[in-house]
Amino acid sequence: MKQQSMKKTQLNWSDFNRGIKQGIPIALGYIPVSFTFGLKAVNGGIPVWIAILISLTNLTSAGQFAGAGLIIAGASLFEITLTTFVINIRYMLMSLSLSQKITRMPLYKKCVMAFGITDETFAVASLGKTEVSFAYMMGLITCPYWGWALGTVLGAVTTSLLSEKLQSSMGIALYAMFIALFVPASKKSKAALVVVIVAVSLSSVLKWAPYLNKISSGWSIIIATIIASTIGAVLFPRKEDNFD
Amino acid sequence: MTKTLVAVILMAVVTYIPRVFPIALYRRRIESRFFKSFLYYIPFAVLGAMTFPGILDSTSDFYSSLVGMMVALILAYFEQGLMKVALGAVLAVYLCELWF
Repeated sequence: MKQQSMKKTQLNWSDFNRGIKQGIPIALGYIPVSFTFGLKAVNGGIPVWIAILISLTNLTSAGQFAGAGLIIAGASLFEITLTTFVINIRYMLMSLSLSQKITRMPLYKKCVMAFGITDETFAVASLGKTEVSFAYMMGLITCPYWGWALGTVLGAVTTSLLSEKLQSSMGIALYAMFIALFVPASKKSKAALVVVIVAVSLSSVLKWAPYLNKISSGWSIIIATIIASTIGAVLFPRKEDNFD
Repeated sequence: MTKTLVAVILMAVVTYIPRVFPIALYRRRIESRFFKSFLYYIPFAVLGAMTFPGILDSTSDFYSSLVGMMVALILAYFEQGLMKVALGAVLAVYLCELWF
């Protein structure tokens, strides 16, 4: 066991390069989104270097936006932490899902690559047909990580140069990227399409239905995800060990 | 300033914890066909739930968000890639907000 992992300390470059290649479109998609983040954070009074620090240490879309908004609003540390945590609980599902698809690797490598799990890197890694190795995952997260940082820097220093209308328009970039990830996959699989439709319907109900609309958006996402995936698993159980 | 810095550190910690615990602590292969299928459908479910209805509040105007969403759906249907879909949607929203 020990010997095996010693032999594998050499990085598998072909996996790494495959990851890099698949990460580039994610990085390009991140730039307008993190640009918006940098813009909003600095416009709200957060110093440029703090905005960049948030992107470098958090590397998450929804959680960061909410956290920065609360910092700007002068919320308590408790509220900031709790809200960010609730929004990010969905990563537990992704991390668990990914744990079933990774190659054997030492604990520290799992801890390193876990930092790079985002909605997009997870979607790309888990929709891929092969097992996820450490080298592949590191390749996959490299460009998105720096793209996320770069966009934040650009947004943070440009702030007032952009018209308000353009700034507002950029808010849709993040969601458009989600759409770009699930639509092509749902086109090919009826099961995936059904899961998406159920998830969308549930999150709409949780947003608009009386009483239910008191649930925070972080929890709504988790509840909708769990129910929709359960329905998918009941209606369309997967055949053994197929990743495709 | 100190409070902001502490907030950023706390945010980073509570973002990392849910990412790392399951993958680091859960080593076994899940055997249950049901649970495997459940995990397989997670990315679709989570992306769907995060996109809608959140997308409708993503810009300053409901209708321009709606138009941006339609453009993103069409571009994504024709598999145009993340960057094109993102920029296409932004552009559509921007044009809507200019004209109306």
